[in-house]
Amino acid sequence: MSYARTESPIVRRSLIGIALIYLVLFIFLPLFIVFATALQKGIGYYFNSLADVDTIAAIKLTVITALIAVPLNLVFGVAASWAIAKFDFRGKNILLTLIDVPLSVSPVISGLIFVLLFGLQGIFGPWLREHGWRIIFAPPAIILATIFVTFPMVARELIPVMKSQGNDEEEAALTLGASGWKTFWYVTLPNIKWGLLYGVILCNARAMGEFGAVSVVSGHIRGLTNTLPLQIEILYNDYNFTAAFAAASLLAFLALFTLVIKSLVEYRFRAELNAVRKNKI
Amino acid sequence: MFLLKQKTTIPGFHLALGYTVLYLSLIVLIPLSMLFIKTSTISFSQFWSIVTAPRTLAAYRLSFGAAFIASFINIFFGFLIAWVLARYNFPGKKIVDALIDFPFALPTAVAGIALTTLYTQNGLLGQYLYKLGIQSAYSWTGVVLALIFIGLPFIVRTVEPVLQEIDAEIEDAAASLGAGRFQIFRRIIFPAVLPSLITGFSLAFARTIGEYGSVVFIAGNMPGKTEIAPLLIITKLEQFDYSGATAIALVMLIVSFILLALTNLAQWWASRRIGLN
Repeated sequence: MSYARTESPIVRRSLIGIALIYLVLFIFLPLFIVFATALQKGIGYYFNSLADVDTIAAIKLTVITALIAVPLNLVFGVAASWAIAKFDFRGKNILLTLIDVPLSVSPVISGLIFVLLFGLQGIFGPWLREHGWRIIFAPPAIILATIFVTFPMVARELIPVMKSQGNDEEEAALTLGASGWKTFWYVTLPNIKWGLLYGVILCNARAMGEFGAVSVVSGHIRGLTNTLPLQIEILYNDYNFTAAFAAASLLAFLALFTLVIKSLVEYRFRAELNAVRKNKI
Repeated sequence: MFLLKQKTTIPGFHLALGYTVLYLSLIVLIPLSMLFIKTSTISFSQFWSIVTAPRTLAAYRLSFGAAFIASFINIFFGFLIAWVLARYNFPGKKIVDALIDFPFALPTAVAGIALTTLYTQNGLLGQYLYKLGIQSAYSWTGVVLALIFIGLPFIVRTVEPVLQEIDAEIEDAAASLGAGRFQIFRRIIFPAVLPSLITGFSLAFARTIGEYGSVVFIAGNMPGKTEIAPLLIITKLEQFDYSGATAIALVMLIVSFILLALTNLAQWWASRRIGLN
C-alpha cells in the first residue's frame, strides 16, 4: 500500500515559492540596495568616498576598539566555558543566565549605564574630572560599551562545544602527568578551535558594527570619537547617501565574511560529529 | 553559592570561575546596577510621572507593540521558511540557508539605512507600497518592517533543528494507519515544534523591543507618534535629564525580563504537556 510521505508537488512548490519571496523581500533586497547605492556613482567615486579623512579615522577607531574588546571577551569566554562545561557546581544556571543578560538589554541602555558611571553627573564623574581623565565622549567609553554588548559572544559559542567534548581526554592527559596548562594547550584547545574561531569572528562582527550603545557614549566628534557605524549615520544624515552606503558596504562585506566562516565551521563540525556518532555505534 | 558538587581531577576550577565572576561583575553587573541606584535617587511619584507621561507611554506602545506585531508575523513566515529548509530540496538551498543569519550579522545602522532607502516613497519597494496607500517609511509600518528583518533569524534558527529531528518513522506509522498530511501536521509535527516556536518568538521579541539602529532611520521620530523608547532615552540624555532617561530605561529592562521569564514558563508548560501525552 502506498501513502503520502510528503506534500503534493503543487503544495511543495508553492511553499518554497512563498518562503523565497519573503526572503528576497526581507533579506536579499536590503543586501542588494547597500551595494547598488554604494556603486551608483561609479567605482572611482566609491573609493574616493572611502578615502575621506573622517571615514579613515572612523575605520581606525573601529579596528582599535575591536582589537581591545575581542581579546578580552575571548579570555573571558574560555574561562567561563572551562568553568561551566568541565565542572558541575551549584549556581551554574544562574551564572549562565547572567552571562546572557547583555543580549536582552537594549543597546541604548548598554550605553546609558556607562554614562551613569563615568559621565559628568555619574558616580565617578567628579573624581575623573578632578584628575583630568575623560572616559565618556572619548574612546575608553566606546571600548567599554562595545565590551559590554559583545560580552557573551565567545562564551555562548564555546560552552556547547566544550560540553560536547566531555572530560575523558583531559583526564587521560592529566593521569599521564601533563600539567593543567599543558593539558589545556595540547588537548582542549585543538578540540575547540573551530568553535573558538567562529565565536571570535562573530564577536568581532558585532564589535565593529555596534551602533546604539556606542552612539550614546561617543559624543559624535568627527575624526575623533566616531566609529564606522556612527560615521555612516553622519554621512546619511548629511544626505551624502553614496558615501554612507560605501562605508556601509565595508560592514556588509564583514557580515558576509562572517556568514562564510559560519558555514565552513558548521560543515567541519558536521563531519566531526558524524565521526563521533559512527565510533559510538 | 558556587560549590563543586563532586570531586574531579580537572584543575583550574577556582581560577576559571573566579575570573568569570569577577569579569561578569565588573563589565555587566556593576554597570547595570547603576540603573537601580540612579532611579533610587528620585521619589516614587517623580518616577511614576516620568514613566506615565503621554510621550513616554506612546514610545513604549510603539516599541513593545511593533516588536509584538513583527515577531507575530515572523512566527508564520519563520516557520514556513524553517519547514522548507528542513524538508524540501531546491537549487540554491545552501546559500539561502546561510543567508538566514544575515540580519543577525549585519550591523544595525547598515540595516537601518538600507531598509529606509528601500521603503521611502521613491524607494525600490516604497514606490509600489505608497501607491497602494501604505506609508512604509517614517511610520508604525516602517518600524514593523525593520523589526521583521531583525527578528526573522531567531525564529527560523530555533524551529529548524526541531523540524529536522522529528522521527520520519512516526509520520510513516501515522500515514500507514490512514492519517492524512494535515492530520499528521496537526497531531504530530505541530505539538513537537510548539515549544521551539514559543522560544523563537520570545527571543525575537526580546531582541526587537530595545532595537535602535535598524529602526531609528525608518521610524520618523515624531514625539508621541513615531518615536521609539530607546530614542526617547537618548533625547532625555541630550537634555541632561539623567533621571528621566534612567527611569524609562529601567521600565524597559524590567518588562523585557518579565516577558522572558513568562515565555520560559510557557515553554516549560508546552514541553511538559507533550511529555504527558
